[in-house]
Formats: sequence, C-alpha cells, structure tokens
Amino acid sequence: MPLKDRIPMPEQDPKLRITNFDEVALGYTEEQALMEASRCLQCPNPTCIQGCPVNIDIKAFIGLIQEGKFTEGYYKIKEKNNFPAMTGRVCPQETQCEASCVLAKMGKPIAIGRLERFLADHEMYKPQQIETEKKNHIPVACVGTGPASLAAAANLAKKGYEVHLFEALHLPGGVLSYGIPEFRLPKKIVNHEIMLLSDLGVFIHTDVIVGKTYTLQQLRREFKSIFLGTGAGAPLLLGVPGENLNGIFTANEFLIRVNLMKAYRFPEFDTPIKKGKEVVVVGAGNVAMDAARTARRLGANVTIVYRRSRAEMPSRAEEVQHAEEEGIHMKLLTNPVAFHGKDGWVQSVEVVSMQLGSPDERGRRKPIPIEGSNYEIYCDQVIVAIGTTPNPILKYSTPELLLTPHGNIVVDEQYQTNIPGVFAGGDIVTGSATVIEALGAGKKAAIYIDKFIKGA
Amino acid sequence: MYELVSKELIAPEIWKIKVRAPHIAKAYKPGNFVVVLPHERGERIPLTVFDTDQENIYIVFQEVGKSTRLLGKMDVGDQIQDVMGPTGHEFPSQKFGNVVLVAGGVGAATAVPLGRHLHACGNQITTILGARNKDLVLFEKELESISEKLIITTDDGSYGTKGFVTDALKEVLSTKLPDLVIAIGPARMMKAVSDLTKPSAIKTLVSLNSIMVCGTGMCGACRVGYGETTVLTCIDGPELDGHSVDWNTLLPRLNMYKEEEAISLSLLDNESR
Repeated sequence: MPLKDRIPMPEQDPKLRITNFDEVALGYTEEQALMEASRCLQCPNPTCIQGCPVNIDIKAFIGLIQEGKFTEGYYKIKEKNNFPAMTGRVCPQETQCEASCVLAKMGKPIAIGRLERFLADHEMYKPQQIETEKKNHIPVACVGTGPASLAAAANLAKKGYEVHLFEALHLPGGVLSYGIPEFRLPKKIVNHEIMLLSDLGVFIHTDVIVGKTYTLQQLRREFKSIFLGTGAGAPLLLGVPGENLNGIFTANEFLIRVNLMKAYRFPEFDTPIKKGKEVVVVGAGNVAMDAARTARRLGANVTIVYRRSRAEMPSRAEEVQHAEEEGIHMKLLTNPVAFHGKDGWVQSVEVVSMQLGSPDERGRRKPIPIEGSNYEIYCDQVIVAIGTTPNPILKYSTPELLLTPHGNIVVDEQYQTNIPGVFAGGDIVTGSATVIEALGAGKKAAIYIDKFIKGA
Repeated sequence: MYELVSKELIAPEIWKIKVRAPHIAKAYKPGNFVVVLPHERGERIPLTVFDTDQENIYIVFQEVGKSTRLLGKMDVGDQIQDVMGPTGHEFPSQKFGNVVLVAGGVGAATAVPLGRHLHACGNQITTILGARNKDLVLFEKELESISEKLIITTDDGSYGTKGFVTDALKEVLSTKLPDLVIAIGPARMMKAVSDLTKPSAIKTLVSLNSIMVCGTGMCGACRVGYGETTVLTCIDGPELDGHSVDWNTLLPRLNMYKEEEAISLSLLDNESR
C-alpha cells in the first residue's frame, strides 16, 4: 500500500559521507515531492498544524504541492515561518508536526519536514515577494542573531519597523552558524536565509557584545524597544578532576572551531583543530551527536559515553541512527568520574557504570553509580557535551534585569522582562530547547513588541 | 571592516597599530582587550588595547605566528576583517596602596594602561620592566611617568640590571612588602612571580594570555583551573589571582597547537618567498 510508506529521502552513503562535510540528506526531487505530497489526506480538521510550534498551514502548503504550485506553497509557509530551509532540516518533526499527522496512526506520517525543505530549496534563490507594511522608521533592536532574534527581526520588519540585529561573533546565525554542522545544515543555506532579511530592511551589526560594546541602558536610549535573544551559550563542564587537560574540549569550542572557523579545512583556514584518533564524547543530546559525527569526519574512532540508557537519550532518533550508521560506538549507563593524562595531555577517561533508579520529579529515571565498577577508556581527545547555560555578560552590566537562579531571564506572558520595553525569548528564557521553539518565541514576542510600541 | 589608520614598528617584530573603531574606543575600560580576525579565512586572536582616542584604538602586538605576522604586513589604509570588543573584565578602580607592577617583554603594552589606571586611582607604583635585551625594552617613558620607581632588567645586561624581573622583585620584596603585585608577561614569568609572593601571601594578580576563540565566554577554550573551580580567562579575567591559578595545566594548554601554529607559519613564509 503506497499510503503507508513515505517516500525515502536520498542520502549520502555512510562510508562516503564520513569522508566529507557535505550534507547527508540530499532532499527530494520534484517527482519525489509530488509523490510524497499525494499521500496527504487533506483532513477536514487537520491535526498536524497544532503540532507545529509556529502553526504553519501544513494542509494548505501540501495541497499546493499536490497541485504543482510550488511558489504558492513556499509563500504559504513563509506566512508563518521565515526560515523553512533551516527548520525543514533541523526540526525534530517526529515529536512535532509529524507526530500529530493522522497517518502516523496507521503507518508512517507525511514527511512534512522534507516537503517544507523541498519547497524552500526550490524557491529560496528566486527573487522574493514578501509584502511588508509601510516603513514607520521606528528603531527596534534585537540582541543576538540566533533563531529567536531572527524570527523577532523578520516579523518586526514586516510590520514596518527599522530593525537592528546585534551579534557578538563575526557572523550572524547563533547556533545555526557555529553549532549545527555543515553536514546537517549547510552554511550557504543559513547565510542565504539570513541575507533575505536585508531585503526586508533589517540591519545586522556583528562584533558587538551587548553588555560590553554597548550596555543595555545605551540601547534603551536609541531604540523604542529591545528583544533579547542571547541564547544559552555558556558551556557546562563536568567538574571532575583532570578536566583542563589538553585534548579536552567543550562541544561549543569543538563545533565553533569546525563550523564557524572552518578548522576542518586547516591550513587553508587559519584556525587549527586537534584531530583525535580515539575520541570520547560525553552526553547524548543533539550537540553530542553533532560533535561525535564531526570528530568521525576528522578521522577519529568515536565513542559516546552517556549516563542513562538509550530510551532517555535526548537527541533526535534520526541523529542517533545516522551516528550509528557512521560507525559511532555507544557506551550507555556510563559516567566519567575523572580524566587522566600524561605531560598535560589527556590519556584516558575513568568511568563508572550506572544503573537507573526511580523516576525523578520530571519523570526521568535517576542514574546511580555502581560502586567499584570504575574502569578506564583510553583516548586522546574528549568532547564534553552535557549542556549549556546562559552567558553571564549581560547580567554583569545589567544587574537590574530579573533572572532565575539558573541565570535565565524572567518574562511575563507577553515576553516582557521586568524592564519596560525590554523583551526576551528563546533559550535565554527557557534554557536549551529547539530551533523552532526559539523561532516561535521570537515571532510571538514581535507581536507584543508591536503592541507595546503602539500603546495597545 | 576596520581600517588600519597607522602603524609603527616600536621594536624588532613588535608593532603599535591604530585602528578606527569609535564604538570600541568609547566603551573601552582598563583590563579590556579585543578579539581580532585579520582576514576572511583567518582565526580569532585576543590582542591588547594599549590606548584609545575618540575614534581609534591602539593595539600593540608581537609577530609570533601567522595571524600576527599578517597583521604586521598590512599597510595603512588596509581593512582588518573583524575587531570585536572591548571584552574581558574591567580592572577595579581601587586604591591598594603600594603596588609592584612587573612587566616582561611585550607584556609592557598591557602594563601601561593598567599602570595609568592604578596611578589615577592613587596607588604608589614600583615598576619592574624586563626584556631579553636593550632593543626589546618597551614603553620605558610611559611606565616611568606613572611610577615612583622604575627598575629595568635585561637578560643579557645590555641595559639596566643584568638578570630577570624576578631577581629585581626579590630585592624589592626584601626591603618592604607591597600591598599588591601585578605580573604581566610570559606565563612562566607570571608563575615565577606568583611562586615568589605566595610564601608571604602578598596579593598577586596575573594577566593571563590563554588561547581564545570566541572571547565572549561561550567556548571555554581559555578556561583555567582556579582554586577548587574553573574560570574563563576571557570573561572572568584576564586579570586573575596568581596564587589560585593552576599553572600545571595552564602552561601545557598554551602549547596545545604548537605543531599547527608552525605549519601555518611555514606556509605563510613559503608563500611570501
């Protein structure tokens, strides 16, 4: 029955793809997209739309694909989401839109993400036709250029505001540029979707650290309203002995070197990276998978060490599958307790085996060390990917900004902070979440910023 | 893009450049530094801000690898790809009392703005300025003007006293214990100073020059063991307590990319041949 089976997306062969940084998933052809779209039942009461954090009219855009109206389908998505080429690639659709598809009950759901990506790739480089309201010349600042700020900027620009984006690094995009690797999200796509914002009249200022180059107080004098989308970019460390030995990286550093600085092309690019032979990656989120698969492409034998079991792994199912196809080993129920080294360089990770206890308040079973089960895993490189936390720079210069004990910004239901006119959204508010959730937050915040300025 | 407005060779392979960056110049505070990406395919490197005026920042650097050599080759009017900043923790505005400022090599470029700041805050400063030889003694006049006493040492005795800055520091400490010692220079020198002051528990700050990538506290490349914890040089420093720094892991970390740095530099030298 064709109804049950989704059209597979062509992928690079695992043996070949571990030798390059090119995109793994190759995207649908027109013919494949038409066939996949034809599976959509065009439900009278579509449930998929509620599964999308920004409520894209999924039924409508797939209907347009069925009719071969690709341009119209693209703009149907852009009504709700400015960055379909990126979200079509990195959203965890299996827990969002696709989980809500009625076909999921009887077989495989419609490949909504793949179809979104198909339209985006098909239309992205054509002249854009986005209608915007008349320019009102009211200046608004968005701090950070990750997904939350990009969405806020796009939506405010469409409402006629003069939007200025501020970025600390030398390239915009936040995690889209420095974090998610080329083989999952090609940087030429990120750059192009961000560049489309300048067609809407958005200004991007790089090399600006808000809190240092300009204080928030200074921005408040220049801008009618400010959106803080600074993310959760500061790395967490394990806090175990030996963690500062050479060869031990945070996932942020490892991925920034490879993705943003293109260290995988050293010495053509000037930033170096250590290429380990035996690499241990600690953690099992998407960042850990990205780091492990990146290390594999740099030629390493890679082992992921995770303190819980497979069922609790927070990364996308597809990423774990891709990692395993690429020959990455998994040591589950295993936790590092120390790093050992020689002459300043890491030589092994001392780990302890774990067992799962009773569920905690969030329902996850607590890992408990098994006494006396310590052993060493020999390695020459370690990448720590156990999560991130908000960066404290803004806090240092803006002590009046209300934060949670974890350093997240406190906002009301309208995304406003305790400072009037200053709004916030994305990981800086929620802690590490997904790209599409940050896009959704930025988009909603833009509605309240507009209301705030218009005094409604 | 940031215009190189002027350049001056102040010692062999040591440059003082003036870069147009009004927003950084206005925001700069003593203790801050900048992160520079020389060209599109370049790397991000932390550099000292020596001084500022209304429109410009003055950066002092020594040619030690590919990026600094490329900067040294740039002509007036050329554009530097990126200059981010100011970043780094600002130095406190505090009167400590008697301060001994120990500056080694190109560290003198960082010692000048800190010395000026300490002087303006009412501290009495004794400066020990060290270099390998006479040609490499930097900013003697600038440091003299803020110091009650200036002691110059050279390794080969070609200027001032023969010996290391630590020899001069031992002598200073033997007469009177200062309220604060600040050491700025090569890591081994800063460690030696910290070791000297530790027995008498003299508060000692060092200005660390860790390997950095982001310079904004997000990557952890510049992390250093610090007492019972780990801190990031770029946002918790660069000035940190020398007695809390874990020198045993810091020193090898500085050499982490020695091989790669040599490859980069030799390729550059071959190109320009």
